[in-house]
Amino acid sequence: MASKRTKPNSPRSLKQTEVRGPAQDKYSVLLPTYNERENLPLIVWLLVKSFSDSGINYEIIIIDDGSPDGTRDVAEQLEKIYGSDKILLRPREKKLGLGTAYIHGMKHATGNYIIIMDADLSHHPKFIPEFIRKQKEGNFDIVSGTRYKGNGGVYGWDLKRKIISRGANFITQILLRPGASDLTGSYRLYRKEVLQKLIENCVSKGYVFQMEMIVRARQLNYTIGEVPISFVDRVYGESKLGGNEVVSFLKGLLTLFATT
Amino acid sequence: MTKLTQWLWALVLLGSAWAALTLGALELPPACQEILWPLPAYLLVSAGCYALGTVGYRVATFHDCEDAARELQSQIQEARADLTRRGMRF
Repeated sequence: MASKRTKPNSPRSLKQTEVRGPAQDKYSVLLPTYNERENLPLIVWLLVKSFSDSGINYEIIIIDDGSPDGTRDVAEQLEKIYGSDKILLRPREKKLGLGTAYIHGMKHATGNYIIIMDADLSHHPKFIPEFIRKQKEGNFDIVSGTRYKGNGGVYGWDLKRKIISRGANFITQILLRPGASDLTGSYRLYRKEVLQKLIENCVSKGYVFQMEMIVRARQLNYTIGEVPISFVDRVYGESKLGGNEVVSFLKGLLTLFATT
Repeated sequence: MTKLTQWLWALVLLGSAWAALTLGALELPPACQEILWPLPAYLLVSAGCYALGTVGYRVATFHDCEDAARELQSQIQEARADLTRRGMRF
């Protein structure tokens, strides 16, 4: 494998990073969950299938924020079925937020790459081998799934949702010129040290947090590749998008516009 | 420089150039002067139309992944059967 490039603003010493050859790459999937009792077994089954079918070295870290619906119980059963070397339970007492969930998960991750995704079956694990292939192809620091390019797309969205999505993305592209087509998407592959550095630098929450990570990544000269993905909306459970989300999205967008 | 400052700079530069030209800084032929004056308004309206058109086009061509949804449904059945076999209590 070619030697790592050095970049301004992101010094990497051998002491800090885990240096692994390609044969030793390990991928840690971070799954923050809240009330995902129905979906969790299914997403884990799909992840195990994707990884095993492709012979990829992996672990799945489930970060449950004290779900009242018994998600933890289901997670424990999965740990018994697949082994505690593959399924790592690292729960927290109460709902604390996504950024801190990633930090918490990364403390226990032994992989050199981190995959973040939704646990509600909207992101299908079958794309992970494609993320990995793309990352190797361009030696990217980040690979982001996009719903807006190539044969990426969605299922189960009505016209209103599509208009909001495309409209928001259009405004975001104009204002931030981020160099990535899908900014609010949360299906991504990161080098572990890159994710750590980005989380240190990010201050927002929710959708805006995902956007801020890409914007900061560009600022720090990290490279970003894209893979078209299909986003299948809500098989079980309730969706978390409401009027409040739109308002806080706009506020967050303007904050990023004014501060980055 | 933040994106906001970039935009403000661009506005200041273009705005002052437009103001200077409309106030007669250079000797321009009357035809040019006539279109220069309403140019910002015209550009604003065009930008608005472009935005609407682009978003409209992108909404219309938003790919619907029917196959993905079907595949997911059948995989869910498979997953539930396999997990039950392995001892999962749903």
